[in-house]
Amino acid sequence: MSLAEKYPQEVQQILSKYPPHGKRSALMPLLFIAQRDEGYISKAAMQDIAALLDITETEVAGVVGFYTLYHEEKEGKYRIQVCTDLPCALRGAEGFMGDLCDHLKIKAGETTEDGLVTVEAVMCLAACDRAPMFQLQGPDAIEYHEHMTVEKTMELIGELKQSEE
Amino acid sequence: MTHVLLRHREIPDIGKLSVYQNNGGLAAFKNAVTKMKPGEVIDVVKNSGLRGRGGAGFPTGMKWSFADAKSWPHYMVANADESEPGTFKDREVMENNPFQFLEGVMIGSYAVGANIAYIYLRGEFWQIAESLDRKISELEAEGYLGDKIFGTDYSLRIYTHLGAGAYICGEETALLESLEGRRGQPRVRPPFPPSEGLYGKPTIINNVETFTNVPMIMANGAEWYKSMGTADAPGVKIFSLSGRVRKPGNYELPFGTTFRDLIYKYGGGVQDSRSVRAIMPAGASSSLILVDDDSILDTPMDYLEVRKLKSELGSASVIIVDDTVSMDWLINKTVHFFRHESCGKCTPCREGTFWMSHLTERIHTGQAVRADVDLLLNVAKQMQGKCLCALGEFSTMAVVSSLERFREDFDKAVQA
Ligand SMILES: Cc1cc2nc3c(=O)[nH]c(=O)nc-3n(C[C@H](O)[C@H](O)[C@H](O)COP(=O)(O)O)c2cc1C
Ligand code: SF4
Ligand code: FES
Repeated sequence: MSLAEKYPQEVQQILSKYPPHGKRSALMPLLFIAQRDEGYISKAAMQDIAALLDITETEVAGVVGFYTLYHEEKEGKYRIQVCTDLPCALRGAEGFMGDLCDHLKIKAGETTEDGLVTVEAVMCLAACDRAPMFQLQGPDAIEYHEHMTVEKTMELIGELKQSEE
Repeated sequence: MTHVLLRHREIPDIGKLSVYQNNGGLAAFKNAVTKMKPGEVIDVVKNSGLRGRGGAGFPTGMKWSFADAKSWPHYMVANADESEPGTFKDREVMENNPFQFLEGVMIGSYAVGANIAYIYLRGEFWQIAESLDRKISELEAEGYLGDKIFGTDYSLRIYTHLGAGAYICGEETALLESLEGRRGQPRVRPPFPPSEGLYGKPTIINNVETFTNVPMIMANGAEWYKSMGTADAPGVKIFSLSGRVRKPGNYELPFGTTFRDLIYKYGGGVQDSRSVRAIMPAGASSSLILVDDDSILDTPMDYLEVRKLKSELGSASVIIVDDTVSMDWLINKTVHFFRHESCGKCTPCREGTFWMSHLTERIHTGQAVRADVDLLLNVAKQMQGKCLCALGEFSTMAVVSSLERFREDFDKAVQA
């Protein structure tokens, strides 16, 4: 089923933000809906959106590839994206990242055995005064977790696990 | 001092429309639309001396007057991409004092004749966008936005638009590309956005903090605003203080406040009572200020004075580096960031950031020889002046300044 059929109101509301000749502006918001729907952006979704906006699939793929918040593959259901950029690194972010990975028995960029979380290092998230911090990117939301410890993070992962069961 | 921008620190519920209104909110917008000509609004902002807070410090009133009157429609765009490492001020404003920001966008839109304004937020600010959408609906319901506002001929709608993770989209022409549904790659200029911007139409782009100043300037007058700050930079600025200080955070202070006051009086001093070795006043894009003489900390922070220290104030994202930090590690971080964020459109930046990161990694991990350090400086200098947008230039700032001012760290890091 196409996005326009599945979420007619939401798609209509997005299209109404832009003038008719600027229809293509709806591309990025529509990609977010597609990603929310499937956890990543599938080829079928790209075709669907391309048809909706009268642009080519290649153009859509070019945009998906350019931005880091779009994912073309299904990885862990949740992504813990730890900021290890300079200001956070000056406040212990790298140590936090290392300890967290040790606890989960994975390396940065990898996914836990149960497929639940992927831990990644990312660039500044505009929370530099609250390091160590990460954003939790789930299927339908991005949440900031600030002033974090490994203990608090493991608790959070425990909660995610429970909510899956 | 009571705040001009971070007013939620005195008025905690100012994020509610009724509380904002009870504290004078939206009177300036109503006054502008019902009693002033757009040109008169621009004159007040010009006279206040307000300069853009996104980094370049361009005079705001002057920018507004550039909107091409021969080409219509006009668009207003708020830059809420906030991605410079060390910057976290726009977020605090939008989360806590959103109506003052929105009123600034509304007054600005009226002044430049725009009937549509877009707020471009970095994708991670998804929750902020949802909350702004609700505030915008409230303003529509109360007749502050929509058609024929206050019974005049003026109509205005505001929409939020999310990016999806790309620092370069903070650059204004890359932002416009992204807003048009394309890869965020900067445009060749001229033409500049005030003549040809969004959908090829005149577009004015300002930073969130810039807009947030406007309602207070309109309410209290240009003279009041100029009574704060310095001649070079009138008014107040939100300094995002981060790095090795005890109390990192946002501090709204008049321009001209010294580094010393920011670090010691407000920031609680350096962690573990170490000393300040370097300051990066403009986030990762800074030239490093070498603090080898304590009196450097007495420099008043405005654009002119910081330039005298061979750096830039930029967005005033002040990162404090203490004497435990080695600069080979530090520039490896900044270069890695810029390599990751280079949009790849032009060769000097794409290749230059790649080679610089290769070299800084080698140097930092102790695998380099002295010639590699010279090569690094050479690559950085070769890039300067050749890049299509400022990102390429920014990537060389910390590299060149640290190699020139902290050479001993690199000599230590390379094999003899
Ligand atoms: C690489 C790069 C990143 C930028 N990032 C931002 C940003 O995140 N927010 C912002 O307001 N301006 C940013 N700018 C500056 C904008 O291009 C533009 O000058 C600014 O939004 C204008 O608003 P102002 O006049 O109110 O400062 C960036 C510039 C460059 C070159
Ligand atoms: S300087 Fe870098 S970021 Fe700017 S256009 Fe060139 S490649 Fe893109
Ligand atoms: S450096 Fe981590 S949030 Fe800014």
